[in-house]
Amino acid sequence: MRELKVLAILVFFTGILYWGVEPYAHSQMHKHVEPADFTFSDIKDVRDGKVGNVAAGKSLIVDQFQCQSCHSMTVDGKKIGASMNLGVVTPDLTTAGLIYNEKFLAAFIANPAKASHVAHKMVDGKTHPMTSFDLNYDGTFGDDDAQGVADIVAFLKSIAPKEITNKEAFSAACQRCHGAKYGDFRFDGTKSSMSAKTPDASILKYMGTIPPDLSQMIRSRGHEYLEEFINEPAKHLEGTAMPRVGLNQEAQEQVVAYLEEIGDSSKDKRAELGPKFLGYLVIFALFAWLWKAKIWRHIH
Amino acid sequence: MSNTNRRDFLGMSFAAVAAVGGAASLVGMKQAWDPLPSVLAAGFTTIDLAKAELKPGEPKTFKWRGKPIFVLEMTKQQIADADAEGLPKEYHLNLNDKTYTLVIGICTHLGCIPAWKGIKWKCACHGGEFNPSGKQIFGPPPKPFVVPPFKVDGMVLTLGETGPESKAMIAARA
Amino acid sequence: MALINESFFSAEGLEKRLAGKKFWKVMMTEYWIPKDINFLWAMGVVLATTFSILIVSGIFLLMYYKPDTALAFDSVNYTIMQEVSYGWLFRHMHGVAASVVFLIIYIHMFTGIYYGSYKKGREMIWISGMLLFVTFSAEGFSGYMLPWGQMSYWAAAVITNLFAGGSLEAWGLVEWIRGGFTVGDATLTRFFMLHVFLIPLVIIGVIVLHFYTLRIPHVNNQTSEDIDYDAEAEKYLAGNKKESKVIPFWPVFLSKDFAVLGIFFIFYFYLVFFNYDFAMDPVNFDPANSMKTPTHIYPEWYFLWSYETLRGPFFDMLGMKAGDIGLMIFALAQVIFVVFPFLDRDPDVLPAHKRPRFFIWFWIMILDLLVLSVYGKLPPLGANSLVGFVATGLFLLLWVSLPFITKADAKARGAL
Repeated sequence: MRELKVLAILVFFTGILYWGVEPYAHSQMHKHVEPADFTFSDIKDVRDGKVGNVAAGKSLIVDQFQCQSCHSMTVDGKKIGASMNLGVVTPDLTTAGLIYNEKFLAAFIANPAKASHVAHKMVDGKTHPMTSFDLNYDGTFGDDDAQGVADIVAFLKSIAPKEITNKEAFSAACQRCHGAKYGDFRFDGTKSSMSAKTPDASILKYMGTIPPDLSQMIRSRGHEYLEEFINEPAKHLEGTAMPRVGLNQEAQEQVVAYLEEIGDSSKDKRAELGPKFLGYLVIFALFAWLWKAKIWRHIH
Repeated sequence: MSNTNRRDFLGMSFAAVAAVGGAASLVGMKQAWDPLPSVLAAGFTTIDLAKAELKPGEPKTFKWRGKPIFVLEMTKQQIADADAEGLPKEYHLNLNDKTYTLVIGICTHLGCIPAWKGIKWKCACHGGEFNPSGKQIFGPPPKPFVVPPFKVDGMVLTLGETGPESKAMIAARA
Repeated sequence: MALINESFFSAEGLEKRLAGKKFWKVMMTEYWIPKDINFLWAMGVVLATTFSILIVSGIFLLMYYKPDTALAFDSVNYTIMQEVSYGWLFRHMHGVAASVVFLIIYIHMFTGIYYGSYKKGREMIWISGMLLFVTFSAEGFSGYMLPWGQMSYWAAAVITNLFAGGSLEAWGLVEWIRGGFTVGDATLTRFFMLHVFLIPLVIIGVIVLHFYTLRIPHVNNQTSEDIDYDAEAEKYLAGNKKESKVIPFWPVFLSKDFAVLGIFFIFYFYLVFFNYDFAMDPVNFDPANSMKTPTHIYPEWYFLWSYETLRGPFFDMLGMKAGDIGLMIFALAQVIFVVFPFLDRDPDVLPAHKRPRFFIWFWIMILDLLVLSVYGKLPPLGANSLVGFVATGLFLLLWVSLPFITKADAKARGAL
C-alpha cells in the first residue's frame, strides 16, 4: 500500500513535469492556426463562369506559343517547349492539370504573383518571371483573357495523367526550388537526381535565400504543420518568399507521403515491431514479479 | 515454505524468458553489422567493350568491388597458343568474333596484383607468372586467375551478376 | 605465495585460484541490504541497466556515425535511421535512454535526500553520486552535439559562450574550448572524443567508487534505522529470514530490482517506439545552420531548471549585470547539491516525514524545481520572466535556509 502511494506521487509529479515541458510549452511556442483550406476560398474564380474549350486551349499553347515559350510539357506523346532557368527553373506542365486546384491554377495563370502570394516580394523593380495573362496586350484582364485562361486550364487537365507517384508529385510541385537528397542519396559525391533543379546561385538571387532541403521536414515539422504550411506558407512564416503553390488535397497528401517515404522510412517498422516488443516485455515483467513474490514470501 | 533443495522452476522460467529476449537482441545486433543496401548495390560495374578501345594483345584494367579486372582482347597468336595448350573454348569470353580474357587481376598465391610484361602477367611479390589466358605457368600461384561473375548484354558486361558465359568460364577452370 | 597443487582443470583447482565462490558470497549472497525498503531502492539497478543500454546502443551507433560537420547529420538521419538494420531502433533507444536516465537520476537523488542517505557516514556515497550527476550531464551535453542538428549547434554555441564568464569576457578560453573561433568541425571531433571515450571511462570509474563507498555504511532503509548488520545477518543465515532485518543482495534484493526493471522496460520501450519527441526534439532534425538561430531554443528537459536560473535575473542588481548574476547562480546550481550533507545541521538520520520543517522544505524544493523546469522551456516573455525571477530567488532562499530549518527540527526533537 505504502509503495502504491509512493508510486502515485512519483507518477503525479512526473506527469506534471511532462505536461508542462511538452504539450503545454509547445502550445505556447506554436500558436494555433487555421487548418488547410483546399477550397482556396479567398480566390475569386477569374474564369468568371466561362467554359473551357480543350481544342482552343491546345491551339493557344501549341500554335500561339502561350506557356510553351518557357515551359515544357508532353502533348500527344511528344515533348514540346523547354524548361529554362528564369531565376528559378520553370516546371514541366504535364501534370499541372492533375495536381493543382483548378481555381488556383486559373488565378495563377491570370496573375502569378498575386495568386501565389509573393506580390510583397516584387519591389524595387523586381517582377515575377511569369507574366500576367493578357491575350491582347491591353494591360487589363478582360473577357477574352478569362476565356483564354479557361481554355488553357481545360487543356492542361486533358493532357494530365490520371495518376502519378508520390515522387512525381513532389518533383513537379516542389523540386524546382527544394532538394530532397535522401530520395537519391549519393555517397560518392556525384549529384543526386533529387537535388533542387534550380542552381543555388540563381535561386539565392531570385528569392534572397536558399530554400532548405526537405529530406527531414517530416520529422522536424510533422504532418499537421506541413499540411497547414504547404497549403498557405504565410500562415506559419509571415512574409516568406515561398509562394503558395496551390496543390489540391490529393496532390498535397502525395507530396507529404513522399516526404515521409524519404524522411521517416522506418516508421512502418516501428509501428510493427513496437507492439510485439511491448508484448514480450509484459511477459517478462510478469515472470519477474512472480519470481520476486516467490522469493519474498519467505522474507516477510 | 522454502526448501532450498527444490528446483526453482519459476526462477528458471524467468531466466528462460530473459534469455529469449537476449537472443532476439543478439539477432538484431548481428543484422546491424550486415553490409548496407547501398554498399551491396554499389557492387555492380558495367564495362562496354565496344567503347573500351581495347587493342588486341594489350590488356586494360577496370575496377569492380575495389578489385582490378584484367580485360585482354586476344591476338590470333594468343588464341592459337591457347588451342595448342588444350584450353577449351569456354575458358575465354567469346563475343562478336573476338576472344577475351576476363579475370580478377589478383595473384592466386598471396594476393598481389601482377603486372603485364608484353606477353604474360608477372607477379613481383614471389615471381608467379600467368599466360594471356590467365592460367598460372610459373612460380607459387596454385590456380589460374579467378573469373568474376558477369552478365553479357550485346557488348556490355555487368560485373556482379552471374550469366551463362561467366558460369562456363568458371567451370572450365574447375 | 602459497603454491596451489590442485589441477587447473578441476573445480577445486579453479576455485582455489580464483576464489569464485568466496567472491559470490561477498558480492552477492552475503552482501546485506535492509529489508524495510520500497521500490525506490531499485533505482540504482535501473540506472546501471539504462547506462548499459546507452553503451550497447552507442556501440552500434558508433559503427556508422561520422564525426565530421559535413557528414554527421546524414550519417545519423540517413544511414543509421533509414539504411542500417534496426539502426532506427538503436538511435531511438539511445536518445530516449539518455533522457530517461536523468529522470531516474533525479528520483534516485531525491530518494536519498528524503531518507537522509547522505549523512553520518554516507557523505562519500552522496558526493560520488553528485559527481556522477555532473559527468552524466557532460556526457549528455557532448552527445547532443553529435547529430549536428540546429539544437546541437546552438546549444553548443550558447553553452560554450558561457565560459567567457559574462563580464570577464574570457573569449580566449571560449576559443580554446571550441578549438576555433566558432563551434565547428574541431569542436565536433573533440566532443566526440569526450562523449565516446573519456567521459564514459570516468563514469565507469566513478560508478565503481560509488559502489565502493556504499559498502561500509550499508544501504539505508525506510525508517533510517541504524541496523546491526552482523547480528541481523546471523539471524538470516540461521534460517530466521522473517525476523531478520536484512536480506541478501542475491537473490532477494535483486529479485525486487528485476520486477521493477520489468515495469521500467515497458515504460521505457513504450517511449522508444511511440512517444519520443520529448527526447528527440523535432528542431534537431533541421541540419545545423550557423547563420540562423531557431525561433525557440531550449536545452533538454533535465537541464531546464538550472537553465532558468541562468535567465532568472533579468535586470541589473547590487551593482552587477543581470547576465553575470544569472551566470553565477547557474554555476552554483550545477554543484550546490554536493554540499547538502554539510548544510544539513540535523545530527539524526531520519526520513523527511519525521522532520516537519525539512518535510516542508523538501516539497517546496520539488515544486520550485518543477516551476523552474517548465518556465525554462517557455519563451521568456512578459509574466514568464517574472515567474522565473521569483522561482530563482526562492531556489537561493531554500539553500540559505537549509542549515537553519534543519537545526530547528533537531532542537525541537531534543537532539541539539
